[in-house]
Parts: sequence; C-alpha cells; structure tokens
Amino acid sequence: MYMVKKYAIEVNNVSQNFGNVVALKNVSIKAEKGKVTGLLGPNGAGKSTLIKIMSTLLKPTSGQVSVDGVNVIKNPKETRKRIGLAGQFAAVDEFLTGRETLEMVGRLYHMSKSESKSRAQELLERLDLTDAADRQTKTYSGGMRRRLDLGASLVATPNVLFLDEPTTGLDPRTRLQLWNIIRELVAQGVSILLTTQYLEEADALADYMYVIDRGELIVEGTAETLKNSLGQDVIELKVASNLILKTKDYLSANFKSEITLDEATRRISLRTKNGSDDLLKVAQLLKTKNINTEELSLHRPSLDDVFLEVTGKPQQEATS
Amino acid sequence: MSLLSTFSDTIQIIKRNVRRNFRIPQLLVFSSIQPVIFLLLFNYVFGGAVGGNTGGSYINFLLPGILAQTALFGAIQTGVGLAEDLGKGVIDRLRSLPIARSAVLTGRTLADMVRNTFVVLIMGIAGTVLGFRATEGPLRVIAAVALVLVFSHAFSWISACIGLALKDAETVQVAGFLWVFPLVFASAVFVPVNTMPTWLQVFARNQPVTQVVNSVRYLTRGGVPNGPDFIVHTILWSVGLVIVFAPIAVWQYRKIK
Repeated sequence: MYMVKKYAIEVNNVSQNFGNVVALKNVSIKAEKGKVTGLLGPNGAGKSTLIKIMSTLLKPTSGQVSVDGVNVIKNPKETRKRIGLAGQFAAVDEFLTGRETLEMVGRLYHMSKSESKSRAQELLERLDLTDAADRQTKTYSGGMRRRLDLGASLVATPNVLFLDEPTTGLDPRTRLQLWNIIRELVAQGVSILLTTQYLEEADALADYMYVIDRGELIVEGTAETLKNSLGQDVIELKVASNLILKTKDYLSANFKSEITLDEATRRISLRTKNGSDDLLKVAQLLKTKNINTEELSLHRPSLDDVFLEVTGKPQQEATS
Repeated sequence: MSLLSTFSDTIQIIKRNVRRNFRIPQLLVFSSIQPVIFLLLFNYVFGGAVGGNTGGSYINFLLPGILAQTALFGAIQTGVGLAEDLGKGVIDRLRSLPIARSAVLTGRTLADMVRNTFVVLIMGIAGTVLGFRATEGPLRVIAAVALVLVFSHAFSWISACIGLALKDAETVQVAGFLWVFPLVFASAVFVPVNTMPTWLQVFARNQPVTQVVNSVRYLTRGGVPNGPDFIVHTILWSVGLVIVFAPIAVWQYRKIK
C-alpha cells in the first residue's frame, strides 16, 4: 500500500552542536503539505541552522529529518531534487544577468538547454523581471535581487520551498509584492517553510507557526491560538492628565485585572478576559463618573505581544 | 550517466567562473596588467645589475620566471574567489542543488586555468615586445605554456584548501602572499640559484617553482643542463599536489557549516 504522506517536512528531536555551543536542542516540527509553516525567533535562535539542516547543507548532530517523504540525512541528493532554497542574503552573482543566473541553475538541475531557457523566461515574466533580465544583477535593487533569488529556487518547480527571511530589509511595497508571489506558490500546491523576524509577516502568511529561542522550541500553533494563549485582550483608554489617577482608582475598584498606567502618553490599559463586555462596563463606569475619554479601544494581543512574552526571558519555561 | 552529469555540472561552473573572471574589471586588471608591470619593473630595475649573471639578455632569463610567478599569483585568486562565494552565500545555493560535489571546486580551478591561459598569452606578447626570443620552435613553446598551466592548476588546489579554511576573501589574499612569496623569490625565477647562500640554495634548487621555471627556459631557449629532468619534476610535482590537495579541498567543501 502506498501511503500518502501528510507532511511536507518532519523534523524529529534534532539537536545541533557546534563544539560546545548548543545551536539546537531536541527540536521537532512538522510542516503540512501545501501550507506555509512559519519559523519564528529572535536573532541567533537557531532558525537558519534548522533551515540548513532541512535543506541538506548541514548534518545534524542527532535526530531525524524527512522532507517530501525523503530521509534528508541518508539521501541528501534525492532531497535536493525536491527542494528550493532562498537564503537571507539573496545569493545572486553580481556579474551574471538575471537570465544567465536562472539558465545556469536550470542547467545545474540537468534541464536541456532549450528547457532551461524557456523556464528562465517564464520565471522572469512571473517575477516581473523581464525589463532587467539582460542586465548584470549588480544593477538590481534589493527587491529585484530577492525576486531573482526566489526565482532561482523555483527553477526546478520544488515541492518544498525554504525561505530564510525572504523580506528582511525590503520596503513595505516590495514586501507585499513578495507576499503575493508566496501566496501564488501556495495556491499551486507548494509547501513552504518560512523564517521571519516580522511577526506581521508570519501573521499574514503562515498557517501554523513555531517559535524557537536559544535553540529550543517554545511554542507552536496557529496565529489565533498563539494570541489566545496569552489569554487576554487589552482595553486602552486615554484621558486628560488631571484625571488619570482618579480614573485608575475607579477602574481598580471595579475590575480585578491588571491595570497599567503610562503618564507620559496619558494611557491606561486594562487586561481582560471578556473584552467586549468589559469594554461596555468601562464605558458605563466612566460615564457615571463624568469622565470624558479621548480614546477608548479594545484590541487583541498582537503576535509581537506573544513573541515578547515567550522569548528572551532567561531560564523561564514559556509554557509555565 | 553520473560521470556525464558531473562533467556537465563542471562545465556550467566553469562557464560561471570564466564570466566572473572576465566581467569583474578589477580582477581582469589584477590578473593581466599587474604581471606586465612586474615584467617591466624587474626587467628594467634588475636587468642591469643581474643581467650579466644570467648569460645574455635578462628578458630571456626573466620571462619564464615571470610566467611561473604569474601562475602562482593567479592560483591565489582561486582561494580568494571561493572565500568570496562562501561569504555571499553562493556556495550555499550551489550546495543545495543536486550537483556533483566536486563540480564547484573543479569548475573553479579550471576556470582559473582559462584565465591564466589568457594572462600567459599577454605575458608572451609583452615579453616579445621587450626582446624575448624563443629559439626552440613553436611546439616547444606550446609545451612550455601547457606546463605552466598544469602547474598553476595544481597550485589552485592548494589555494582552494586555504580559501575554504580561512573563509574570508581578504584574509585569503594576505595569506596567499605569505605562502607564495617565499616560493617565488627563493627560486630561479629572478636570479640564478648559485648566487644565493648555500643553505638557501638547497631549498631553492629543490622546490617546485624552480622546476617549472627551468623547464620553461629549457623548452623555449634550450641550454639548460638536465632540462628534461626539470620537466619530469614539474609534472611529478603538479600531479602530486593535485593528488594531495584536491581530496582535502573536496572534504573541506563537504564539511562547510
């Protein structure tokens, strides 16, 4: 019986030591087929190391890795036929033209001359690089280089695509352009593993995400579950400076939850479990006390809040 | 099949590196104009002082030496180029493709040999303008050029090991001069070995650069005692260096982190 594998990537208990430095410690992740899986974490968390292991560039000290059903450690060459890798440095040769770059990669995948030519043309059109196709890439902007780098990873139509910080350093417009390309790829059935430092990027693209810090997996889930795991919405209000302390006292008397106060911005925030009910209560309370608010809002925690909550705290288990 | 794809991979990498060598202006200047300047400087600065010891016109003695020097300086660029590609992530991209492990390194050393061919031709023209004359016929001149190229290719593998070990282009460049300068100067490149102190003569006579220089002198101008021996020694050195350093470089390439 042929088993249809559900996962594009399975990483089991992978550890990586560089000398005495532990870069990854018992990391296990799974990436579903045809979805975007996000890998988040601060600089130096081990994201790139994990990408290198999954894309055959590095053999892990221990653990198992399979990509597209292939054992990466035992069969790196077979793995390489099924993956694409776009790194964080946009590794394009400055002295080659965009077209030459893509044609060379096609030839290195053992496509015929005419096949690699037509594939290059197709990708140049798709990535909106036709005008610059025959210029040396040293004349390209950062965004154009990223697109070409992405193009190079797409030449052989990979089943699994690794994108290591694909939009780092790009302006918002170019970033959106890349996001759209990534979404198109997913629509075509490509499985994508994406690392990023931008949480809004993970929020926008990733179906499921893993947060790693100091080489260890600390939380995982969809954007929603991660935000819910923080458990609390925040009500924020802004009042005139002479009313701040009074307002805070009223709130403290009526709500048990944590209240914080920022005198400089004249903002008071209140964490709450049932946001909309409490928002109504706050509004009524302030009305009866005759306090006018300049702003009153309820917001969900952002992924940034999650990120700051779970990473960067020394020696603390994030799940606790 | 596998051999065929290794060959085709290597061709692609050669193509890429040849384009690099010819499209980056400072590389082209470094590899072609600099040796000509060396040739002019040494010919006119040292020619008067040491020319008399070399039996006739100094340019006839000097050009074979400068060719060997050029070959070695060219070899330094193999390591520099690899370190640059490492730093820019190009090597990572290539390692993520299903290509032969040896192709990236073989492609690099062979492309550098192509550049060296070009440089040797320029040097030949410059030398001829300065008065160098080959007396032993065109076939021997071709043999001499081939020998220099094979020799430079062997040194490219040493340089590849250094490049992969040090990983930083500037460091590799500086290190290149550390190991290449003693080999070039303590040899028969610029002056006859018998003018050196005895202890240095032992090194200078037996080290590989002297073998290739004397081979080229023998092949282009004749009159070198035991000339054929130098050719045999050059070939043995070249083959030996490749046998030792090529596997080391491939091993280093596999272990890149």
